[in-house]
Amino acid sequence: MNLIISTISQGFIWAIMAIGLFITFRILDFPDMTVEGSFPLGAVTAVIFIQHGYSPELALLIAFIFGSLAGFATAFMYTKLHIPSLLAGILTMTALYSVNLRILGKANMSLTKPNNIFNRYGLDKLPVNFNGIFLGIVIIAIITFLLIIFLNTEKGQAVIATGDNETMAASMGINTTMMKFIGIMVSNGIVALTGGLIAQQNGFADVNMGIGSIVIGLSAIIIGEVIYPDVSLSARLITIVIGSIVYRLILMIVLQLGFNTNDLKLISAIILALCLALPTIRAQFFRVFRNGVKSK
Amino acid sequence: MKSLLEIDNAVKTIYNDNQELNILDGINLSIKPQDFIVVLGTNGAGKSTLLDAITGANTLTSGKILLNNDDITSTNLAKRSRYISRVYQDPKLGTSPRMTVAENLLLAKRRGLPRRLRLRKLNDHMKEFESFTKDLPTLDNRLNTFTEKLSGGQRQTLSFLMAIIQRPELLLLDEHTAALDPQTSQELMELTNKVIQEKKLTCLMVTHNLTEAVKYGNRLIVLKKGKIVLDLDSEAKAKLKEEDLLEYF
Repeated sequence: MNLIISTISQGFIWAIMAIGLFITFRILDFPDMTVEGSFPLGAVTAVIFIQHGYSPELALLIAFIFGSLAGFATAFMYTKLHIPSLLAGILTMTALYSVNLRILGKANMSLTKPNNIFNRYGLDKLPVNFNGIFLGIVIIAIITFLLIIFLNTEKGQAVIATGDNETMAASMGINTTMMKFIGIMVSNGIVALTGGLIAQQNGFADVNMGIGSIVIGLSAIIIGEVIYPDVSLSARLITIVIGSIVYRLILMIVLQLGFNTNDLKLISAIILALCLALPTIRAQFFRVFRNGVKSK
Repeated sequence: MKSLLEIDNAVKTIYNDNQELNILDGINLSIKPQDFIVVLGTNGAGKSTLLDAITGANTLTSGKILLNNDDITSTNLAKRSRYISRVYQDPKLGTSPRMTVAENLLLAKRRGLPRRLRLRKLNDHMKEFESFTKDLPTLDNRLNTFTEKLSGGQRQTLSFLMAIIQRPELLLLDEHTAALDPQTSQELMELTNKVIQEKKLTCLMVTHNLTEAVKYGNRLIVLKKGKIVLDLDSEAKAKLKEEDLLEYF
């Protein structure tokens, strides 16, 4: 039971990152590799600031700001220097590896200070792992609420229109470059904030902890879309949370079946590939099924 | 009458296999308020490049564009969109697929205006949108339908409505009925003509359809290799037959 609670707790926290990723991948239609660098950036920033005696909340805010700056770098390369989207993200991600090492001063660092957002506000009095679930729900509620409000503003609609159809958005007088900056910066800010949370939950930051984070975030988004294909944009944010928890539960089941933990990334990639292929597999299955029925 | 839009010796040069090619080769054009100009030309004649230059999607190599006597040659697309709207040939280019019909119309209502960090208040506009679409069988009762679920004809009708919901000083139609089936194409063209007449819009319509070119508009221009080779006023156009235009193709 404890394992399931822990898995659900992980699902909630990682869902925050998936929501951030959703802004670039789905709303802006921008495949942003920056997140593999901005995620550990948030983690190392949070750990360093907490280690220097700052509050965990301030550390998370600073992680968000640093993540947004990473997003700014990618958006700048993409919109102003006309570097292709994938390459711009990869360049920032690569550069961030050195930046993260500079910030941390070494490859990893443990949180030795007792100051931690998971043991404040009486969260440490909750049963094991319930603090993660509680904090995850609270942060998801805040981010989802703010995001839904933002997407329903004139500016938010302009961001959606830019991702949906840039030609149309430009012809409506929308500054599409500005909208890309906003989307990519907010997305990476949220991803870095999640990095800061995970570092506090795990009690350490590692410059390599971003590897595979895109797969985790995308899995949550895709699983949510497969389970609930036709929902509004606001409801989609909730389905991402469900997708994140389901993904973690699948991973847990697979590991319980006796797979080696070294194969975790391989298993993650296979799960995502299966989820992405599911609509095609489903369509093929129905075609074969229909043809079978007709021939009878 | 004073010109609404003045194009002065517009040249657009591109380089193809190290060869200079003038897509627009010294275009001079004066558009007066309430002109409904039909632009004809073969593929590569420079029709879409001319529209791109007017909207600001493309910059001229040389020449000037004046709107109400203001030089807008170096004004960007976003700023020009306040005065100039365009309907594209491809129905998918004019709308936002993941937004509903009403959301698209609301987006178009603020064409060319700054997008602020304030709630869009969609419900406040629903009555207006209902009356705007109620006489259009293709879009009636579809305000809450996602645009990606609409047919090509419905999407193109929506694109047209988006272009005119905020009265443009100049409406550009870029073969906007070309991608539709004959019946839908004719219905949209009739709607276009009706709206242009009722709202007294100034319009520049690019088409390949000779029947449309003869039937609609009060002025006709033929473009060939980046030059205007025929410019007929309303009187000359009224006497025009489709056969007369064949020599230009």
